[in-house]
Amino acid sequence: MLFKTLINHPADWMQGTGPHSEIVMTSRVRLARNLRGFPFPGYSQEHQRHDLLKLARPCVDALPEMKDGYSEDYAKLSKIRKQVLVERHLVSREHAARANGCAVVVDRKQNLSIMINEEDHFRIQGIRPGLNLRSAWQLVDKVDSELEAALPYAYDEKFGYLTACPTNLGTGMRASVMLHLPALALTDQINPVIKAVGKIGLAVRGLYGEGTEALGNLFQISNQHTLGEKESEIISQIEKVIERVISSERNARQKLVEDNPTMLSDQVGRAFAVLRYAHILTSKEALNLLSMLRLGADLDLVPNCDRSLLDMLLLEIQPAHLQLRAARELTPDERDVRRAEITRARLQSLSGPSNVSNNQPPPEAPSSDSTDE
Amino acid sequence: MKCDVCESEATVFLTQIINGQMTTVNLCDVCSKAKGVTDETGFGLAEAFLSQPAPSAESAASSCEACGFTAAQLKKIGRMGCPECYSAFRDGLDGLLKAMHKGTRHVGKTPRTITTEGHLRGSVSQLREELAHAVRDERYEDAAHLKSEIERLLEKPLESNP
Repeated sequence: MLFKTLINHPADWMQGTGPHSEIVMTSRVRLARNLRGFPFPGYSQEHQRHDLLKLARPCVDALPEMKDGYSEDYAKLSKIRKQVLVERHLVSREHAARANGCAVVVDRKQNLSIMINEEDHFRIQGIRPGLNLRSAWQLVDKVDSELEAALPYAYDEKFGYLTACPTNLGTGMRASVMLHLPALALTDQINPVIKAVGKIGLAVRGLYGEGTEALGNLFQISNQHTLGEKESEIISQIEKVIERVISSERNARQKLVEDNPTMLSDQVGRAFAVLRYAHILTSKEALNLLSMLRLGADLDLVPNCDRSLLDMLLLEIQPAHLQLRAARELTPDERDVRRAEITRARLQSLSGPSNVSNNQPPPEAPSSDSTDE
Repeated sequence: MKCDVCESEATVFLTQIINGQMTTVNLCDVCSKAKGVTDETGFGLAEAFLSQPAPSAESAASSCEACGFTAAQLKKIGRMGCPECYSAFRDGLDGLLKAMHKGTRHVGKTPRTITTEGHLRGSVSQLREELAHAVRDERYEDAAHLKSEIERLLEKPLESNP
C-alpha cells in the first residue's frame, strides 16, 4: 500500500463510533518485545539495527494481518510523513525522531501498527474506537503469538518479556484510553480526577503521550505497572477507572445542561462562530474550540453535526497533515491560515448551534420554534 | 504545571530512575532543549556511550558479558543494554522493580515455546502466594479459582505446546 492510500483512508477508529464514543475516543494496547542476541536499539550500533531489521521486517510483513498493508523503511520516509504517522498515533514521537535502521508496518485498516527498532525491537500496537481495550488486546495478543513463532523472543521465567527499560518489564504492555473530558474541565473538576487516577498507579497524559500538553481537553489514561499482574487484570483495572471517569464526565455534562444552560450555549456558540468564520487559527485555539463544538454535538446542540466530521478535522488541522496537503514545509503563520481555511470549509455544511434550553425563547420572538430543530 | 527551572508552563515531564529512586522533573520547551532532555537525534545516547574511552576498572568489574554494558551506565540512564543484561545485573534488581511495579515476578502471558517445567513451578508458587492473599482478604471465590488452577497445573506437569 502507498503512503497516499494509507492517509486518504480514514481508519476505523476515526469514525466516531464504539462504546462510549461520546467520551472515549480510542483504546490502544501496545506490547514491547525484543529478540535474543541483539542489543536494545538505544545501545546498538547502526549495523546491528540494520541486521535486526533485515531479520525482523520480512516476518512482520508476512503476518496475515499485514496483508496489503503499508510497510516502510525510515530511511525512505520524509520528516513530514513520519510526523503525519505520529499525528495518526501509528508511530510514537520517539520513533519518528529516528532514522536509519527503523521501519514501520501498518495494516490496511490502521487498527494495527508495528514499529521496528523503537526503544524496543518491536512495539506492537492495536487501536480501536471507543472503550474497547479487550478487542485491542486480542488483536495484539494474536499478532504477538504469530511473531513469537517466527522469531526468538527475549523472555525470562522470572522477569517475563525483557525490555530496554525496566518500567516495561513483564507483560511489556501499555493499555491506554483517550478521553474527551470538556465538562469536567469547564466545571473545574478535572484536576481532582487526574490526581485520583494518578494515586491508584495509572498515568494521565496529554494528546500525544509522555510530556505533551492536554490540549482540547483530551487526556490519555494508561497503566504504569507491567510486572506482577496479568494483562487481563491490568485491563480490568483500567476499565473500572475509566468507567468511573466516564460517569463523572456524564454527570458534569448533565449538571451543565441543568444549572448553566446559558454558559454552555455561549461556549458552544462562540466555538462554532470562531471555527466557522476565523481566518487565522492556532493549533491550541482550534483544538480547544473543537472540544467545545464536540461537546455541543454530543449534547445535540449542533444540528446534524457528526462526531466523525470533527474527529477527522482534528487530524487534518495538525501541523504535519497541513504540510503534507501543501506538499511543502509551512511556517507556523502559514499553518494557522491554512488551518482556518480547512476548518471553515469543513464546517460550511453545519447550521449554527441551538440553545440548550427549549423553555427560554428569544425575548423578541416568543412564537419562534427554531430552538426545536 | 510549572517548569522546575524557570517557572514557565512545563511541557516535558521526565521520569528517571536514579540509584533505584524514581524522580520526576518538569521542564518547559526551552529548558528541556537547553538541558538536552528532548532527544532530537534519537540514538545520541548510545553513540555517546560507544565513543567513550574504555570503561574504568571499577565499572568493568560489573558489566554484561554479552554487550559490555556496565552497572554504572545502567545507573546513569536507567535502561539495559541488551536482554542478557537482566542476567548480568540480576542481583539487586528486585529492589528497583518493587519501586516500579506491583510485583517482582511476571505472571502474564508466556510464549508457547517457553512453557517449561521451571516456569511451571514458578507459576505454581506464584499462584500459591495469590491463594494465601485471597484467603487472607476473605475473597473466597477468587481463592477457589486459584486452588483449582493450581490443581490443574500440578495434574498435568509437562503438557505444553498445545
